[in-house]
Amino acid sequence: MREHFDIYMSGVGGQGIGLLAELLARAADHAGLAVHGCDTHGLAQRGGMVTSHLRLGAVRSPLVPDGGADLVVSLERTEAMRAAMTMLKTGGTLVWYDAAWQALDVRTGQHPPLEAADVMAAAKAKGAATWRVLVDDLPDSRMQNVAVVAEILRRGLVPGLGRAQVEAAMADLMAGAALEANLALLH
Amino acid sequence: MKDMGRILLGHEAFDELVIGNTAIARAMVESGVRVVTSYPGSPTPEIAEAIRSMPADERPMYFEFSTNEKVATEVAFGAALNGRLSVVFFKSVGLNVAADSFVQLPLMDIPGGMVVLLGDDPGANSSQNEQDNRHYARMSYCPLFEPSGAADAYRMFKKAAALARELRTVVILRMTTHVCHAKEKIHFDSWNPAPPDDEPLFDPDYTNYIPLAATVFPMKRRALERLAAIEARLPSLGFDELVDNGNGQRGVIVAGLPFASVMDVLDDVALGGNTPGNEPSGARRPDVLRLGAVYPFDRAAVRSFLQTHDEVKIVEELDPILEGDIKALAFDAGLRCRITGKRDIDETMGECSPAKARAVLAAAWPDLFPAAAIPSAAPVGAIGSVAAAIAALPPRPAQMCPGCGHRSAFHAIKKALASGDITIADIGCHTLGSLPPYNMGRVLLSMGHATSTAAGLSVFNDTRRAVCFMGDSTFFHAGLPGIVNAVYNGHRVLLVVMQNGTTAMTGHQDHPGTGRNFSGDAGKISIRAALEGLGVSNIREVDAYQQAALTAMTREALEEPGFKVIIATHPCMLKFIREARRKPGWSARRVRIDQETCERIHECVEHFACPTFQREADGTVTVNPDLCIGDLSCRQTCPAAAIVPESPARSAT
Ligand SMILES: Cc1ncc(C[n+]2csc(CCOP(=O)(O)OP(=O)(O)O)c2C)c(N)n1
Repeated sequence: MREHFDIYMSGVGGQGIGLLAELLARAADHAGLAVHGCDTHGLAQRGGMVTSHLRLGAVRSPLVPDGGADLVVSLERTEAMRAAMTMLKTGGTLVWYDAAWQALDVRTGQHPPLEAADVMAAAKAKGAATWRVLVDDLPDSRMQNVAVVAEILRRGLVPGLGRAQVEAAMADLMAGAALEANLALLH
Repeated sequence: MKDMGRILLGHEAFDELVIGNTAIARAMVESGVRVVTSYPGSPTPEIAEAIRSMPADERPMYFEFSTNEKVATEVAFGAALNGRLSVVFFKSVGLNVAADSFVQLPLMDIPGGMVVLLGDDPGANSSQNEQDNRHYARMSYCPLFEPSGAADAYRMFKKAAALARELRTVVILRMTTHVCHAKEKIHFDSWNPAPPDDEPLFDPDYTNYIPLAATVFPMKRRALERLAAIEARLPSLGFDELVDNGNGQRGVIVAGLPFASVMDVLDDVALGGNTPGNEPSGARRPDVLRLGAVYPFDRAAVRSFLQTHDEVKIVEELDPILEGDIKALAFDAGLRCRITGKRDIDETMGECSPAKARAVLAAAWPDLFPAAAIPSAAPVGAIGSVAAAIAALPPRPAQMCPGCGHRSAFHAIKKALASGDITIADIGCHTLGSLPPYNMGRVLLSMGHATSTAAGLSVFNDTRRAVCFMGDSTFFHAGLPGIVNAVYNGHRVLLVVMQNGTTAMTGHQDHPGTGRNFSGDAGKISIRAALEGLGVSNIREVDAYQQAALTAMTREALEEPGFKVIIATHPCMLKFIREARRKPGWSARRVRIDQETCERIHECVEHFACPTFQREADGTVTVNPDLCIGDLSCRQTCPAAAIVPESPARSAT
């Protein structure tokens, strides 16, 4: 396929994947990149798996091919592992917020809880660079998505994407105290 | 912060990053659509959100959520009879509900023009099937157009609406889930609003509107002639697209979102012969004919495509509809082109994603792509192969939210049931009760089916009692006839109405029982009063959090003859908390597990199974502070009384 950069985002319904995706898409647009994307939520705003596709560059389909993501961004431990195994390209990058929202099988005792090390191992098997994010003093758990965006900027994980564009995207999407709190988190 | 509503009403041309559903709302504005109706269903509700974002006094159209898709279709039709350009939109299976009226529309002369906007769901992302609604277009002679992306949907809507208006007819714009939700930057044209002409134009003397016996035939003839007229005009309407790669040997015919998939994967095939960066595959990129007008399709264009290619592969999502028609066309014309369509059942299932398009094309033409990279079976930690590791990950199905009244109700009702009793699910968030660990509601057809399916299960059955569940939006949507039937025919069924005061699963739309409609306050229709009016005499009401009362009530009701209803009420807590958070002075509440008292019975985490409760490897139960809303519905489920409200001093934000 032609030159492009594919991002796959995942998490659990309620974690704010939609805002994360919109933020990155708008920031990429502000950076002058061609943007195609798609949230795939299904029934899943009810605590199920939520994913979103974002493709930067000359593509037509909004869907990232399986195993084709240059970057996987995840907001939850199990979903980070699932996405790393199914969607991440060999040699790609995984950045994830280490929130653990146990899946039903773990809560009912049929499956042992996952450890952060399991995620690292799965990413390593793909030869992926891994960035784990965990902020102790986050004012609100619904800001985990922005904490991950801050990490993406810090490490330069999306080519062509800088702080100015993310700030502009934030200003498109929020105002007032929410905007200020999230801008603060970027720094 | 961008104000999408104002943007959508801008008079100047503009560029904006939006999803297909939002783009459609702007297309409606530019097209002069005056009346829009709907019943909520994924993937379409964001169209209503986009309309809602427009300031009410500047909104150029009337919008309503009607009680169901059939009603919505009729309201839009009535408005169009009066000359208003109208749109009805709903999800795939909504067309089944609307069908009885919908199939008549192409027989009619509709002065305003009408667009039926469908959100089909290949891949069954959020539906009970993945039905291919192109069949309905054919059986009713309704023209159908299929966009392949968000920008395409915007442009195609405008063309389709103009055509419907000009020909005084109805057309379908068939979107699919990932067209509705596809996000891209779209160039929007300017909008020059004209003062609306709202004169009621309905004129039954101009043409016949009563299809009855012999009068059906002139109407049917007109519908068929209209289709032929549209087909003749297709070359100038520009719905289709030919991608000419100069390949006289191979061609692909495709429609809808699969066009994007096909184009992406064909980028890997060189125009001339070698695959960039890979070993040469020897194959050249096929030509592509993309049909935007799918019914009728441009037979002349297809015929010439077949004539100019030795082999044509039809890449078609879901059912082989184009395939059958195109093969018949080639047969009738005596063409020698080798046409291939679906090879097996799998090609009739699921969404035609880029991966699937690649597999379908590779199966037809094995030389097209270099050997695909096979996923490595490298070990992942101690877990084994990648595939095994993926399979071993705990799945994450959707589930009821923390504090959901449905969970509380299921937990209580389950206690009142005998082992053979039969529970019948209906459609809504409470369908999630059919999943473990609740397993409440074991059969599901469609919205509102529960009472009548339960009635059938109770015939010749005095031993296994039937309990069915239904949400409040569904009660008004399609629940009433089954209830009337149960009363009328005296079926021994217990119906539990799960009243959460909203249409929760599709994103909290109002319904006739909420006291609000899209435009504002509306009379609230009481479910109890409605039931009484229908002649239901055995009605109980309870708050879904009152588990002991609900269990006792269920036990009693199950002993009683005839048709019984329990109305189990609790507001949708997802909606409640979202609204509460916005109010000043709100502070979060939570519970915690008193570890001294906890006996590790695990009732909370295993059976009540609120997602808030987490189980550590050593069996300790904890509360996830990101999830808990402190609703306390769990408290009564702990036999050891170890669930306690977090004292305010201890609670964080
Ligand atoms: C014919 C049809 N129309 C729409 C839908 C989409 N749909 C799925 S769940 C649901 C909500 C039902 O609301 P309610 O009965 O109040 O139950 P709740 O989700 O609030 O528990 C709807 C409209 C559908 N599945 N079938």
